[in-house]
Amino acid sequence: MKALRLSVTRALGGVALAASLAAPLAAQQAPAAGTATTLDAIRARGSLICGVNTGLAGFAQPDSQGVWRGFDVDYCRAVAAALWNDASRVRYVPTTAQNRFTALQSGEVDMLSRNTTWTLSRDTSLGFDFTGINFYDGQGFMVKASAGVRTARDLNGATICVQPGTTTEQNLTDWARANRIQFTPVVIEQLNDVVQAYVSGRCDAYTTDVSGLASTRSAQARPQEHVILPDVISKEPLGPLVRHGDQRFADLLRWIHYGLIGAEELGITAANVAQAAASDQRPEVQRMLGRTGDLGRMLTVDNAWLLNVIRTVGNYGEVFERNLVPIGLQRGPNALWTNGGLQYSPPFR
Amino acid sequence: MSSSTADPRLASAGPPRRPIRLSWSDERLRAIVWQILVVGIVGSIVWWLWSNTVHNLEVRRIATGFGFLQREAGLPIGESLIDYDPTHSYLRALTVGVLNTLKVAVVGVILATILGTLIGIAKLSKNWLVSKLASFYIEVIRDLPLLLQLLFWYTILQGLPGPRQALNPVDGVFLSNRGMKLPWIEWLPAHNWALLAMVAGAVGTWAYARAMRAKQYADGQPRKIWPAGLALMVGLPLVVWAAHGAPFTPDIPALRGFNFRGGISISPEYFALLLGLVTYTAGFIAEIVRAGIQAVNQGQWEAAEALGMRRAEILKRIVLPQALRVIVPPMTSQYLNLTKNSSLAVAIGYQDIVSIANTTLNQTGQAIEGIAIIMLVYLSISLSISLFMNWYNARIALVER
Repeated sequence: MKALRLSVTRALGGVALAASLAAPLAAQQAPAAGTATTLDAIRARGSLICGVNTGLAGFAQPDSQGVWRGFDVDYCRAVAAALWNDASRVRYVPTTAQNRFTALQSGEVDMLSRNTTWTLSRDTSLGFDFTGINFYDGQGFMVKASAGVRTARDLNGATICVQPGTTTEQNLTDWARANRIQFTPVVIEQLNDVVQAYVSGRCDAYTTDVSGLASTRSAQARPQEHVILPDVISKEPLGPLVRHGDQRFADLLRWIHYGLIGAEELGITAANVAQAAASDQRPEVQRMLGRTGDLGRMLTVDNAWLLNVIRTVGNYGEVFERNLVPIGLQRGPNALWTNGGLQYSPPFR
Repeated sequence: MSSSTADPRLASAGPPRRPIRLSWSDERLRAIVWQILVVGIVGSIVWWLWSNTVHNLEVRRIATGFGFLQREAGLPIGESLIDYDPTHSYLRALTVGVLNTLKVAVVGVILATILGTLIGIAKLSKNWLVSKLASFYIEVIRDLPLLLQLLFWYTILQGLPGPRQALNPVDGVFLSNRGMKLPWIEWLPAHNWALLAMVAGAVGTWAYARAMRAKQYADGQPRKIWPAGLALMVGLPLVVWAAHGAPFTPDIPALRGFNFRGGISISPEYFALLLGLVTYTAGFIAEIVRAGIQAVNQGQWEAAEALGMRRAEILKRIVLPQALRVIVPPMTSQYLNLTKNSSLAVAIGYQDIVSIANTTLNQTGQAIEGIAIIMLVYLSISLSISLFMNWYNARIALVER
């Protein structure tokens, strides 16, 4: 009996201790999630956790060796290159259109680089910060060549396949309302399944961003059997995003993107960047590549950050050329501003 | 019961009270301390989770609350039992989702019960082929994951020809990868009245059957019920329909543009989900029915045979009513399973509550509220099924004295 009483008091003491610990723990942990920066957490961990698409050719897809490749993936690699000069220190987390935001909100990933459209509500009520537009896109339709459809307006009465949880879904209904078009939606979450439904003929048309359509079309056995209609029904500025409050991390992402564009403007490529760092006399190049000034420090990284980034992934044009040209996308609005496009970088000083 | 005796010593119930001692050896004190402790721990865990969540949501500037339910949804929904278009609110969209879940759950439960009972009886058949086929069905269906079966059915339905080459087995019925199209009639108020008359007729038939049975118990004469039933359930609606001018305009599906217009349709998504859920759950129900029938004492069969009843009649009148007592409780679990499994609809694009709530929480970013709504909906449906089945179980339970 005495032994029992002893163990009971000990247990009680343990519970009391746990309870006393729990109270300040609750007070401590919650602000910690907000104030300790994600950048610190990434440095402490020694690797970046990057949320990418589940598999979209050209943007993010594992190759035959299981190595992730693509336009969005190169942005993750660029961050790792800027931080550690080691593009392999990235862990990729495939996310669906539906679970991507929860993954970022909950801290499961550090950032999303997953062809995500920048919208007002995502920027505010979802609690994110978009760090720039690395791809100007728009929503379009793909149909079978045999259907004899010329423009999107011919789609009245059609069945249209769409992925849920995207701006695509809302653009589609907005467009149909504005143009008085009746359609039957088929809403399937997984990219493979929704494409399969379109290919099998369950739907007359498949709608998503034109870049996604091009990617899907290029992955078909006979791409010439599918036509991307000329109509673009929405603006889809795509870019990486981080959680609200991660200003330092957002700055770094923003300036990596501008660095890629700036490098293209100045003609710096993966091949010539080392030489440019050593001998290029243009002051902006010297500042960008860290030979003069302290731009890297200001971003809390090494002064050679952009040198490492360009050496790893190349400039914006090279990233585009390597990933998106093979799936049939042209530069279009994503050309440099000097070539009549929209890609423009603020000055490096 | 207490007033049966006037002895004042028995009026105060229980043993004499003893004051609680402030000592650990006092049993009642220990009980109170433990209870306060347990409630306190559970309460503080809940409070901690809650406050932490609210705080984190604030820090991340994520909007909270259910205000979004009134906002315009803007999400397209393929099939709906009530009027819906994307200008309606999220609340309306979620209601459509709940109704879609109920549509597949209710029809699924009924069909699975029928199919499962038939297969369960077939397994007990004296015919070797029938019984082995039933066993084979049960083993194959029960051993394959449901998700796989759903994808299987959906792929098969997608393999049907396009609308322009649609199969046309009977005039007016079209089978294509857009689903099944059936002819229907243009629905007018007259049809609503006729339907109402049929319901009234069914109630009348039930009352008539009750009265006739009471008479049979009184004088032992069996009476025919079907003539009155036919008159009430078929004749009455026809009269009501005729009184409203007998409107009848067939609405036959026809290919116009991309798709069929007119008639009613069953989408491949709904059909695949229903097919998958029914065939899968029927495998389990069959085993429950078989076990229930075998639980009835062999003597019951023999006694009924001795009275000269036929096998089918014995099953219907003697064995099944007794087997139901064994069957109903596990059956409740199967109904709950079927309802919850319907959430796998997401995989094949049927827009049930999970699909629509997922899209909603994605568009509004309010994941906690969205998940809470899904939980609330399933909890309500499941508790309703449980309540109904418990009531039914109590009704058919053996009345013991």
